[in-house]
Amino acid sequence: MFTNEGPIFQQLAAMIADGIVNGTYLEETAVPSATDFAAFHRMNPATASKGVNTLVDLGVLYKKRGVGMFVASGAREILRAQRRDEFRKKYLQPLLRETAVLGITTGKLHSMIDDEGQDPR
Amino acid sequence: MTNAVDIRSISRSFGRTRALEDITLSVPDGSICGLFGRNGAGKTTIMSILAGQDRPTSGNAKVFGEHPFENSSTLSKISFVRDNQRYPDDYRLHHVLRIAPRFAPNWSVDVAAELVDGLRIPAKIPIKKFSRGQLSSIAIVMGLASRAPLTLLDEPYLGLDITARALFHDLLLRDYSAHPRTVILSTHLIEESEALFDRVIIIDRGRVRVDCERDEASNLAFTISGPADAVDKLSTNRRVLLTHAAGGLRSATITGEASDELVLQARTLGATISSASLPELVAAYGADAPESTLIKKGARA
Repeated sequence: MFTNEGPIFQQLAAMIADGIVNGTYLEETAVPSATDFAAFHRMNPATASKGVNTLVDLGVLYKKRGVGMFVASGAREILRAQRRDEFRKKYLQPLLRETAVLGITTGKLHSMIDDEGQDPR
Repeated sequence: MTNAVDIRSISRSFGRTRALEDITLSVPDGSICGLFGRNGAGKTTIMSILAGQDRPTSGNAKVFGEHPFENSSTLSKISFVRDNQRYPDDYRLHHVLRIAPRFAPNWSVDVAAELVDGLRIPAKIPIKKFSRGQLSSIAIVMGLASRAPLTLLDEPYLGLDITARALFHDLLLRDYSAHPRTVILSTHLIEESEALFDRVIIIDRGRVRVDCERDEASNLAFTISGPADAVDKLSTNRRVLLTHAAGGLRSATITGEASDELVLQARTLGATISSASLPELVAAYGADAPESTLIKKGARA
Protein backbone atom coordinates (compact mmCIF):
# COMPACT_ATOMS: atom_id res chain seq x y z
CA MET A 1 0.00 0.00 0.00
CA PHE A 2 2.69 2.45 1.01
CA THR A 3 5.97 2.78 -0.83
CA ASN A 4 9.40 3.84 0.23
CA GLU A 5 9.09 7.22 -1.46
CA GLY A 6 8.36 10.01 0.98
CA PRO A 7 6.75 10.05 4.41
CA ILE A 8 3.66 7.89 4.92
CA PHE A 9 1.47 10.84 5.93
CA GLN A 10 2.18 12.49 2.56
CA GLN A 11 1.39 9.27 0.77
CA LEU A 12 -1.97 9.08 2.54
CA ALA A 13 -2.65 12.74 1.68
CA ALA A 14 -1.80 11.96 -1.97
CA MET A 15 -4.13 8.95 -1.93
CA ILE A 16 -7.04 11.04 -0.63
CA ALA A 17 -6.19 13.82 -3.09
CA ASP A 18 -6.29 11.24 -5.90
CA GLY A 19 -9.76 10.24 -4.74
CA ILE A 20 -10.90 13.86 -4.90
CA VAL A 21 -9.42 14.54 -8.36
CA ASN A 22 -10.84 11.36 -9.90
CA GLY A 23 -14.25 11.94 -8.36
CA THR A 24 -14.38 9.20 -5.71
CA TYR A 25 -14.86 11.89 -3.06
CA LEU A 26 -17.17 14.61 -4.37
CA GLU A 27 -17.10 18.18 -3.12
CA GLU A 28 -19.25 18.81 -0.04
CA THR A 29 -19.42 15.11 0.76
CA ALA A 30 -17.78 13.33 3.68
CA VAL A 31 -14.46 11.47 3.47
CA PRO A 32 -13.58 8.67 5.92
CA SER A 33 -12.19 9.88 9.24
CA ALA A 34 -8.50 9.70 10.14
CA THR A 35 -9.38 6.82 12.48
CA ASP A 36 -11.05 4.99 9.58
CA PHE A 37 -8.04 5.53 7.33
CA ALA A 38 -5.74 4.34 10.12
CA ALA A 39 -7.79 1.19 10.65
CA PHE A 40 -8.19 0.49 6.93
CA HIS A 41 -4.55 0.99 5.98
CA ARG A 42 -3.34 -0.48 9.28
CA MET A 43 -1.33 2.61 9.99
CA ASN A 44 -0.54 4.75 13.01
CA PRO A 45 -3.53 6.98 13.91
CA ALA A 46 -1.27 10.00 14.51
CA THR A 47 0.25 9.55 11.05
CA ALA A 48 -3.23 9.28 9.52
CA SER A 49 -4.32 12.51 11.27
CA LYS A 50 -1.22 14.24 9.97
CA GLY A 51 -2.07 13.12 6.43
CA VAL A 52 -5.67 14.33 6.68
CA ASN A 53 -4.57 17.62 8.25
CA THR A 54 -2.16 18.25 5.37
CA LEU A 55 -5.24 18.51 3.14
CA VAL A 56 -7.08 20.64 5.70
CA ASP A 57 -4.15 23.09 5.60
CA LEU A 58 -4.39 23.15 1.80
CA GLY A 59 -8.07 24.11 2.04
CA VAL A 60 -9.08 20.86 0.35
CA LEU A 61 -10.80 19.28 3.36
CA TYR A 62 -12.61 20.98 6.20
CA LYS A 63 -13.99 19.76 9.47
CA LYS A 64 -17.69 19.94 10.30
CA ARG A 65 -17.90 19.88 14.05
CA GLY A 66 -19.36 16.65 15.33
CA VAL A 67 -19.97 15.33 11.83
CA GLY A 68 -16.59 14.66 10.24
CA MET A 69 -14.27 15.64 7.42
CA PHE A 70 -15.73 17.07 4.22
CA VAL A 71 -14.33 17.91 0.80
CA ALA A 72 -14.35 21.70 0.35
CA SER A 73 -15.97 23.25 -2.71
CA GLY A 74 -13.27 24.15 -5.18
CA ALA A 75 -11.04 21.39 -3.78
CA ARG A 76 -10.81 19.57 -7.07
CA GLU A 77 -9.60 22.65 -8.89
CA ILE A 78 -7.02 23.44 -6.19
CA LEU A 79 -5.58 19.94 -6.55
CA ARG A 80 -5.70 20.00 -10.35
CA ALA A 81 -3.81 23.30 -10.43
CA GLN A 82 -1.21 21.87 -8.09
CA ARG A 83 -0.81 18.80 -10.27
CA ARG A 84 -0.47 20.84 -13.45
CA ASP A 85 2.52 22.49 -11.78
CA GLU A 86 3.99 19.07 -11.02
CA PHE A 87 3.29 17.68 -14.48
CA ARG A 88 6.53 18.96 -15.99
CA LYS A 89 8.72 17.48 -13.30
CA LYS A 90 6.82 14.26 -12.82
CA TYR A 91 6.01 13.31 -16.41
CA LEU A 92 7.69 15.55 -19.01
CA GLN A 93 11.22 15.48 -17.67
CA PRO A 94 11.38 11.67 -17.24
CA LEU A 95 9.77 11.28 -20.68
CA LEU A 96 12.43 13.46 -22.31
CA ARG A 97 15.23 11.65 -20.46
CA GLU A 98 13.93 8.31 -21.70
CA THR A 99 13.53 9.52 -25.31
CA ALA A 100 17.14 10.73 -25.21
CA VAL A 101 18.30 7.29 -23.97
CA LEU A 102 16.30 5.55 -26.74
CA GLY A 103 17.37 7.95 -29.44
CA ILE A 104 13.83 9.11 -30.20
CA THR A 105 13.96 12.49 -31.90
CA THR A 106 11.69 15.36 -30.90
CA GLY A 107 9.92 15.10 -34.26
CA LYS A 108 9.31 11.38 -33.76
CA LEU A 109 8.06 12.05 -30.23
CA HIS A 110 5.57 14.63 -31.54
CA SER A 111 4.17 12.20 -34.06
CA MET A 112 3.99 9.45 -31.43
CA ILE A 113 1.93 11.75 -29.20
CA ASP A 114 -0.34 12.61 -32.15
CA ASP A 115 -0.83 8.90 -32.98
CA GLU A 116 -1.52 8.00 -29.35
CA GLY A 117 -4.04 10.84 -29.08
CA GLN A 118 -6.01 9.46 -32.03
CA ASP A 119 -6.41 6.01 -30.48
CA PRO A 120 -9.96 5.58 -29.26
CA ARG A 121 -10.00 5.16 -25.49
CA MET B 1 4.39 16.22 25.63
CA THR B 2 5.20 14.02 28.61
CA ASN B 3 7.24 10.89 28.25
CA ALA B 4 5.99 7.45 29.16
CA VAL B 5 9.54 6.15 29.20
CA ASP B 6 12.72 7.97 30.17
CA ILE B 7 15.95 6.05 30.04
CA ARG B 8 19.10 7.88 31.12
CA SER B 9 22.46 6.34 30.26
CA ILE B 10 21.72 2.81 31.37
CA SER B 11 24.16 -0.03 30.95
CA ARG B 12 23.58 -3.70 31.70
CA SER B 13 26.28 -6.33 31.92
CA PHE B 14 25.82 -10.06 32.25
CA GLY B 15 29.21 -11.22 33.51
CA ARG B 16 31.66 -10.02 30.90
CA THR B 17 28.97 -9.46 28.29
CA ARG B 18 27.88 -5.85 27.87
CA ALA B 19 24.24 -6.20 26.82
CA LEU B 20 23.45 -2.47 26.98
CA GLU B 21 25.99 0.33 26.81
CA ASP B 22 25.01 3.81 27.85
CA ILE B 23 21.50 3.83 26.43
CA THR B 24 19.56 7.08 26.62
CA LEU B 25 16.16 7.35 25.05
CA SER B 26 12.62 8.41 25.75
CA VAL B 27 9.26 7.45 24.35
CA PRO B 28 6.48 10.08 24.39
CA ASP B 29 3.20 9.17 26.02
CA GLY B 30 0.74 7.82 23.45
CA SER B 31 3.38 6.72 20.98
CA ILE B 32 3.45 3.43 19.11
CA CYS B 33 7.16 2.85 18.92
CA GLY B 34 9.04 0.22 16.93
CA LEU B 35 12.17 -1.25 18.50
CA PHE B 36 14.45 -2.85 15.96
CA GLY B 37 17.82 -4.54 15.94
CA ARG B 38 19.49 -7.86 15.37
CA ASN B 39 19.22 -10.87 17.63
CA GLY B 40 21.20 -10.10 20.76
CA ALA B 41 21.14 -6.34 20.13
CA GLY B 42 19.53 -5.68 23.52
CA LYS B 43 15.82 -5.29 22.73
CA THR B 44 14.53 -7.75 25.32
CA THR B 45 16.96 -6.44 27.96
CA ILE B 46 15.57 -2.91 27.54
CA MET B 47 12.01 -4.20 27.84
CA SER B 48 12.87 -6.30 30.92
CA ILE B 49 14.33 -3.25 32.64
CA LEU B 50 11.29 -1.13 31.75
CA ALA B 51 9.01 -3.86 33.07
CA GLY B 52 10.91 -3.99 36.38
CA GLN B 53 11.98 -7.57 35.76
CA ASP B 54 15.62 -6.59 35.63
CA ARG B 55 17.76 -3.71 36.82
CA PRO B 56 20.42 -1.80 34.94
CA THR B 57 24.03 -2.16 36.10
CA SER B 58 24.23 1.62 35.99
CA GLY B 59 22.06 4.55 34.97
CA ASN B 60 18.33 4.79 35.54
CA ALA B 61 15.15 3.97 33.69
CA LYS B 62 11.85 5.57 34.59
CA VAL B 63 8.33 4.67 33.51
CA PHE B 64 5.72 7.41 33.99
CA GLY B 65 8.30 9.22 36.13
CA GLU B 66 8.93 6.32 38.52
CA HIS B 67 11.44 3.52 38.84
CA PRO B 68 9.53 0.35 37.93
CA PHE B 69 11.59 -2.12 39.96
CA GLU B 70 9.52 -3.48 42.90
CA ASN B 71 7.15 -0.54 42.50
CA SER B 72 3.69 -2.09 42.46
CA SER B 73 1.78 1.05 41.43
CA THR B 74 4.02 1.55 38.39
CA LEU B 75 4.09 -2.16 37.57
CA SER B 76 0.29 -2.23 37.45
CA LYS B 77 0.56 0.20 34.50
CA ILE B 78 2.92 -2.03 32.53
CA SER B 79 2.21 -5.11 30.46
CA PHE B 80 5.16 -7.22 29.34
CA VAL B 81 5.11 -10.76 28.06
CA ARG B 82 8.52 -12.17 27.22
CA ASP B 83 8.94 -13.82 23.88
CA ASN B 84 9.91 -16.98 25.79
CA GLN B 85 7.35 -16.63 28.58
CA ARG B 86 7.01 -19.80 30.69
CA TYR B 87 3.73 -21.03 32.19
CA PRO B 88 3.10 -23.54 34.97
CA ASP B 89 3.08 -27.06 33.54
CA ASP B 90 -0.61 -27.80 34.02
CA TYR B 91 -1.86 -24.40 32.76
CA ARG B 92 -4.47 -24.20 30.06
CA LEU B 93 -5.91 -21.11 28.39
CA HIS B 94 -8.64 -20.58 31.01
CA HIS B 95 -6.09 -20.46 33.85
CA VAL B 96 -4.31 -17.58 32.12
CA LEU B 97 -7.54 -15.75 31.36
CA ARG B 98 -8.59 -16.08 35.00
CA ILE B 99 -5.31 -14.93 36.52
CA ALA B 100 -4.22 -12.20 34.07
CA PRO B 101 -6.84 -9.60 35.14
CA ARG B 102 -5.40 -9.65 38.67
CA PHE B 103 -2.25 -8.05 37.30
CA ALA B 104 -4.03 -5.77 34.84
CA PRO B 105 -6.54 -3.34 36.37
CA ASN B 106 -7.80 -2.27 32.91
CA TRP B 107 -8.29 -5.84 31.63
CA SER B 108 -10.89 -6.11 28.87
CA VAL B 109 -12.77 -9.39 28.81
CA ASP B 110 -14.17 -8.49 25.37
CA VAL B 111 -10.79 -7.85 23.75
CA ALA B 112 -9.49 -11.11 25.25
CA ALA B 113 -12.50 -13.06 23.99
CA GLU B 114 -12.28 -11.58 20.48
CA LEU B 115 -8.57 -12.41 20.23
CA VAL B 116 -8.94 -15.93 21.63
CA ASP B 117 -11.59 -16.58 19.02
CA GLY B 118 -9.87 -14.81 16.11
CA LEU B 119 -6.44 -16.27 16.81
CA ARG B 120 -7.99 -19.73 17.34
CA ILE B 121 -6.22 -20.39 20.62
CA PRO B 122 -6.96 -23.96 21.74
CA ALA B 123 -8.72 -24.20 25.11
CA LYS B 124 -8.15 -27.86 25.90
CA ILE B 125 -4.46 -28.32 25.20
CA PRO B 126 -2.02 -27.54 28.05
CA ILE B 127 -0.04 -24.39 27.23
CA LYS B 128 3.25 -26.25 27.51
CA LYS B 129 2.23 -28.19 24.39
CA PHE B 130 1.43 -25.02 22.41
CA SER B 131 3.22 -24.35 19.13
CA ARG B 132 5.37 -21.24 18.76
CA GLY B 133 2.53 -19.38 17.02
CA GLN B 134 0.02 -20.37 19.70
CA LEU B 135 2.39 -19.11 22.41
CA SER B 136 2.66 -15.81 20.54
CA SER B 137 -1.13 -15.66 20.33
CA ILE B 138 -1.57 -16.01 24.06
CA ALA B 139 1.07 -13.31 24.61
CA ILE B 140 -0.90 -11.02 22.29
CA VAL B 141 -4.09 -11.65 24.27
CA MET B 142 -2.35 -10.62 27.47
CA GLY B 143 -0.60 -7.66 25.84
CA LEU B 144 -3.69 -6.12 24.24
CA ALA B 145 -6.44 -7.10 26.70
CA SER B 146 -4.42 -5.63 29.58
CA ARG B 147 -4.90 -2.14 28.12
CA ALA B 148 -1.82 -1.21 30.12
CA PRO B 149 -0.67 2.43 29.84
CA LEU B 150 2.73 1.02 28.80
CA THR B 151 2.40 -2.08 26.66
CA LEU B 152 5.64 -3.88 25.81
CA LEU B 153 5.30 -6.38 22.99
CA ASP B 154 8.44 -8.44 22.47
CA GLU B 155 8.44 -10.19 19.10
CA PRO B 156 4.65 -10.62 19.13
CA TYR B 157 4.67 -12.21 15.65
CA LEU B 158 6.97 -15.17 16.21
CA GLY B 159 5.50 -18.14 14.40
CA LEU B 160 2.24 -16.33 13.79
CA ASP B 161 0.37 -16.93 10.52
CA ILE B 162 -0.46 -14.03 8.21
CA THR B 163 -4.20 -13.96 9.02
CA ALA B 164 -3.39 -13.75 12.73
CA ARG B 165 -0.87 -10.95 12.14
CA ALA B 166 -3.45 -8.88 10.27
CA LEU B 167 -5.99 -9.48 13.04
CA PHE B 168 -3.42 -8.40 15.62
CA HIS B 169 -2.73 -5.15 13.70
CA ASP B 170 -6.43 -4.44 13.37
CA LEU B 171 -7.18 -4.99 17.02
CA LEU B 172 -4.12 -3.10 18.20
CA LEU B 173 -5.11 -0.02 16.18
CA ARG B 174 -8.79 -0.25 16.98
CA ASP B 175 -8.26 -0.66 20.70
CA TYR B 176 -5.49 1.94 20.73
CA SER B 177 -7.82 4.48 19.09
CA ALA B 178 -10.50 3.83 21.70
CA HIS B 179 -8.07 3.54 24.62
CA PRO B 180 -4.82 5.35 23.79
CA ARG B 181 -1.68 4.02 25.46
CA THR B 182 2.03 3.79 24.84
CA VAL B 183 3.18 0.75 22.92
CA ILE B 184 6.73 -0.44 22.35
CA LEU B 185 6.90 -3.30 19.89
CA SER B 186 10.00 -5.21 18.84
CA THR B 187 9.98 -7.21 15.65
CA HIS B 188 12.05 -8.42 12.71
CA LEU B 189 9.05 -8.16 10.36
CA ILE B 190 9.71 -4.49 9.76
CA GLU B 191 8.15 -4.02 6.37
CA GLU B 192 4.86 -5.50 7.47
CA SER B 193 4.58 -3.44 10.63
CA GLU B 194 6.27 -0.15 9.81
CA ALA B 195 3.09 1.83 9.11
CA LEU B 196 1.99 1.16 12.71
CA PHE B 197 4.74 3.25 14.22
CA ASP B 198 5.12 6.95 14.86
CA ARG B 199 8.60 6.48 16.34
CA VAL B 200 11.43 4.09 15.56
CA ILE B 201 14.41 3.05 17.62
CA ILE B 202 17.22 0.98 16.16
CA ILE B 203 19.73 -0.55 18.51
CA ASP B 204 22.81 -2.57 17.72
CA ARG B 205 25.32 -4.18 20.08
CA GLY B 206 23.63 -2.59 23.06
CA ARG B 207 23.77 0.96 21.72
CA VAL B 208 21.10 3.25 20.33
CA ARG B 209 21.83 3.91 16.66
CA VAL B 210 18.62 5.62 15.55
CA ASP B 211 15.92 7.23 17.66
CA CYS B 212 13.55 9.42 15.68
CA GLU B 213 10.05 9.95 14.35
CA ARG B 214 8.94 7.44 11.76
CA ASP B 215 8.77 10.05 9.02
CA GLU B 216 12.32 11.22 9.66
CA ALA B 217 13.65 7.70 9.30
CA SER B 218 13.26 7.81 5.50
CA ASN B 219 15.84 10.61 5.33
CA LEU B 220 18.50 8.94 7.44
CA ALA B 221 20.26 6.94 4.76
CA PHE B 222 20.37 6.33 1.04
CA THR B 223 21.72 3.63 -1.22
CA ILE B 224 23.91 4.19 -4.27
CA SER B 225 24.06 1.30 -6.70
CA GLY B 226 25.66 0.79 -10.08
CA PRO B 227 29.13 0.14 -11.53
CA ALA B 228 31.72 -0.39 -8.78
CA ASP B 229 33.95 2.53 -9.90
CA ALA B 230 31.04 4.96 -9.91
CA VAL B 231 29.77 3.81 -6.51
CA ASP B 232 33.26 4.04 -4.98
CA LYS B 233 33.73 7.52 -6.38
CA LEU B 234 30.34 8.73 -5.18
CA SER B 235 30.77 7.28 -1.69
CA THR B 236 34.23 8.72 -1.05
CA ASN B 237 34.43 10.54 2.29
CA ARG B 238 30.95 9.45 3.25
CA ARG B 239 29.81 7.33 6.15
CA VAL B 240 29.15 3.94 4.58
CA LEU B 241 27.10 1.52 6.70
CA LEU B 242 26.79 -1.43 4.38
CA THR B 243 28.21 -2.46 1.02
CA HIS B 244 27.19 -5.21 -1.28
CA ALA B 245 29.03 -6.26 -4.41
CA ALA B 246 28.90 -8.89 -7.12
CA GLY B 247 30.97 -8.85 -10.28
CA GLY B 248 31.47 -5.25 -11.33
CA LEU B 249 28.32 -4.12 -9.55
CA ARG B 250 28.28 -2.50 -6.19
CA SER B 251 25.87 -0.83 -3.79
CA ALA B 252 26.62 1.23 -0.72
CA THR B 253 24.22 2.36 1.99
CA ILE B 254 25.30 5.74 3.32
CA THR B 255 24.06 7.86 6.20
CA GLY B 256 22.45 11.21 5.54
CA GLU B 257 20.41 12.62 2.69
CA ALA B 258 21.53 12.59 -0.92
CA SER B 259 21.82 16.12 -2.32
CA ASP B 260 20.31 16.90 -5.73
CA GLU B 261 23.87 17.48 -6.89
CA LEU B 262 24.89 13.97 -5.87
CA VAL B 263 21.84 12.47 -7.58
CA LEU B 264 22.78 14.27 -10.82
CA GLN B 265 26.41 13.23 -10.50
CA ALA B 266 25.27 9.63 -10.00
CA ARG B 267 23.11 9.77 -13.07
CA THR B 268 26.00 10.92 -15.28
CA LEU B 269 28.15 8.09 -13.89
CA GLY B 270 25.41 5.50 -14.55
CA ALA B 271 24.55 4.87 -10.89
CA THR B 272 21.22 5.28 -9.14
CA ILE B 273 20.39 6.67 -5.73
CA SER B 274 17.36 5.77 -3.67
CA SER B 275 16.47 6.53 -0.08
CA ALA B 276 16.89 3.56 2.25
CA SER B 277 13.66 1.94 3.40
CA LEU B 278 13.22 1.20 7.08
CA PRO B 279 14.12 -2.50 6.65
CA GLU B 280 17.22 -1.45 4.68
CA LEU B 281 18.16 1.02 7.40
CA VAL B 282 17.84 -1.62 10.12
CA ALA B 283 19.84 -4.12 8.06
CA ALA B 284 22.52 -1.52 7.40
CA TYR B 285 22.96 -0.66 11.07
CA GLY B 286 23.03 -4.34 11.90
CA ALA B 287 25.95 -4.82 9.51
CA ASP B 288 27.80 -1.71 10.59
CA ALA B 289 31.04 -1.51 12.55
CA PRO B 290 30.47 -0.42 16.16
CA GLU B 291 32.26 2.93 16.33
CA SER B 292 30.13 4.93 13.90
CA THR B 293 28.11 7.99 14.66
CA LEU B 294 24.81 8.07 16.43
CA ILE B 295 21.78 9.51 14.73
CA LYS B 296 19.34 11.13 17.02
CA LYS B 297 16.54 13.44 16.09
CA GLY B 298 13.17 14.59 17.28
CA ALA B 299 12.12 16.85 20.11
CA ARG B 300 12.02 15.23 23.47
CA ALA B 301 11.80 16.65 26.94
